[in-house]
Amino acid sequence: MRAVLRSRLLWPVLALVALVVVNTVARPSFLGITVRDGELYGSLIDILRNSAPLMLVALGMTIVIATRGIDLSVGAIMAVSGSVSLTFIDSSSDPDGVGTVMIAIVMGVALALLLGVWNGFLVAVLGIQPIIATLVLMLAGRGVALLITDGFITTVTSAPYRFMAQGYLVGLPFALYVSLVAIAVIVLLERRTALGMLTEAVGINPSASRLAGVRSRGIVWGAYIASGVLSGVAGILYSSNIMAADANAAGLYIELYAILAVVLGGTSLMGGRFSIAGTVIGVLTIQTLLSTITFLGVPPAVSPVFMAAAVIIVVLIQSPRVHGWTSAAAARLRARRTPERTEVTA
Amino acid sequence: MTTIAPPPAADAPTARPALGDRLRRFAPLSPTLAAVAILVVLFVGAELTFGNFITPRNLSALLLDNAYLIMLAVGLTFVILTGGIDLSVGSVMAFTGILGAKMLADGIPVLVVLPAMILGGAAIGALIGALVQYFDVQPFIASLAGLFLARGFAFVVSLSSIRVEDPVVLWLQSTRLRIGDWYLTPTGIIALLVVAIAAAVLRWTRFGRTVYAIGGSEQSARLMGLAVGRTKVIVYLISGVCGGLAGLMLTAYSGAGYPLNGVGTELDAIAAVVIGGTLLAGGQGYVLGSLVGVLVYGGIKSVISFTGADQSWTRIIIGGLLLLFIIVQRLIVARADRR
Repeated sequence: MRAVLRSRLLWPVLALVALVVVNTVARPSFLGITVRDGELYGSLIDILRNSAPLMLVALGMTIVIATRGIDLSVGAIMAVSGSVSLTFIDSSSDPDGVGTVMIAIVMGVALALLLGVWNGFLVAVLGIQPIIATLVLMLAGRGVALLITDGFITTVTSAPYRFMAQGYLVGLPFALYVSLVAIAVIVLLERRTALGMLTEAVGINPSASRLAGVRSRGIVWGAYIASGVLSGVAGILYSSNIMAADANAAGLYIELYAILAVVLGGTSLMGGRFSIAGTVIGVLTIQTLLSTITFLGVPPAVSPVFMAAAVIIVVLIQSPRVHGWTSAAAARLRARRTPERTEVTA
Repeated sequence: MTTIAPPPAADAPTARPALGDRLRRFAPLSPTLAAVAILVVLFVGAELTFGNFITPRNLSALLLDNAYLIMLAVGLTFVILTGGIDLSVGSVMAFTGILGAKMLADGIPVLVVLPAMILGGAAIGALIGALVQYFDVQPFIASLAGLFLARGFAFVVSLSSIRVEDPVVLWLQSTRLRIGDWYLTPTGIIALLVVAIAAAVLRWTRFGRTVYAIGGSEQSARLMGLAVGRTKVIVYLISGVCGGLAGLMLTAYSGAGYPLNGVGTELDAIAAVVIGGTLLAGGQGYVLGSLVGVLVYGGIKSVISFTGADQSWTRIIIGGLLLLFIIVQRLIVARADRR
């Protein structure tokens, strides 16, 4: 019991459970999953499916934040990769061909990888503050995406491309598999090898870990590359969902949602220890919150107020001052209880 | 290990050229001077290319078009000087803008509306400051909450654009005080006035020196007995107030309030401040530099519209300039560290 109470995942999980309970009370059909043509449908499935892009971006963000960095450019990278892929499909003679779509995806992800390399170079080699280094790409990236799409919103029809975000595989949305594969790969890399420990070492104290022989430069660089690649895939999923390359709207504010998911999951922005499970829970919490807001009939535009309230509540719960208050209150409770006990034993 | 170290060379201090010493005193100025140089190069280059770029009318329009960005950049300069960041400025501007437009549309007198807009911005700034100072929330996350909150409030006020008919607000924009071909609108005057006040406050007041001290080293500032906590809250408050004023500027400029105004403007403002030579680590920079940064930004925008090229180039060039400046700053900081 004590282990459960001490777990860093306690609050994130409680928040998610509370949200699910509220939803189930408000509309009993929330937990319902229906089978249609062997495919599963329902609110929960929608949440899992729609969370895929945010999941990918947040996983990358977790690694970057673990190295004491931050990647503001993820939304811009999403816009670039989606624009490249769709522009390629649009210009090809066979938009419905699987080969065309494959090349398009590889192009999008490869470009995202290059952008990740660029971010990592600025941070790890030139030693520029991460928030500013990635701000450069955040500003310029959408400009690049606009150039790629010529300033238009490129819409295409391509069945294989559409499949990625909207298709089903063995009864479950394909996008869910993409999320699961990404989670599995990150967990295997970071938790089944020493990479995770080294990442945390770099995040806790960059110079100490360098003196201890950790190749911190490569680890930091790798984190930004991972973030770039994951954002690239997220951009392809996003553009596949709407089947349009929108350089301005793709991934708008996703960096903020991703950072929020990471913080919700209990990873500190100060770097060091990180929790992939926490991030997954954080992403699901945000997605459930968004779906709740929509269900409550709140105009989607107003949802930022709820997000703001969520951010403020979470950071307050995590703040040392509030911890001080709660532990002081607990101590007072204990102090009130102890005299009674001494009377009993006396 | 056993050898006795030679005594320090007595002539070491005099060996340094006096010129270097004198130049070093101006080291904090150099990024700002670089920004001024870029501004001059940009304008002269544009003039040589287009022939009719440096005209009174064009330069006056530059100030008018970017008055709202100047306000945001001024407020942000205070925050960044303390080593913080405020991501909420664009959303605060949208919120106060639509709030003002809505109140005016409801027939509330302008004398009530203007203070309400400024108070609205100040409230969000104060909230961010309180989160940062009293709950140890990182400025990035606290102002992120402010961003979401202000943007959400903007949509709560109205989901669509509201036209402003109020003569006073429209007067701010439409009145042109002419001197030959030069003109200045009340919004431009307010913007320049705010820049002047901010520069004076940072240069000559105890508060201003505390702002720089916190950015230099918060711990030292605290040990020196400076009012660190209060100053940090006030800095975010100032940024909020500037956001409120920017909302007024933009509403006057566009003749309407719109809840989607200024999406991403916080980045433009941060870029302008950095290009103006303010160090993101805090402790070094000038409000006048931020004004120059905004003019560089606006200059690039108008050069691009002169060439008829795609406006997406603005973002790319601003990104490139930002990169140039952070590398310059990086070199300066590296040299300061070595000393």
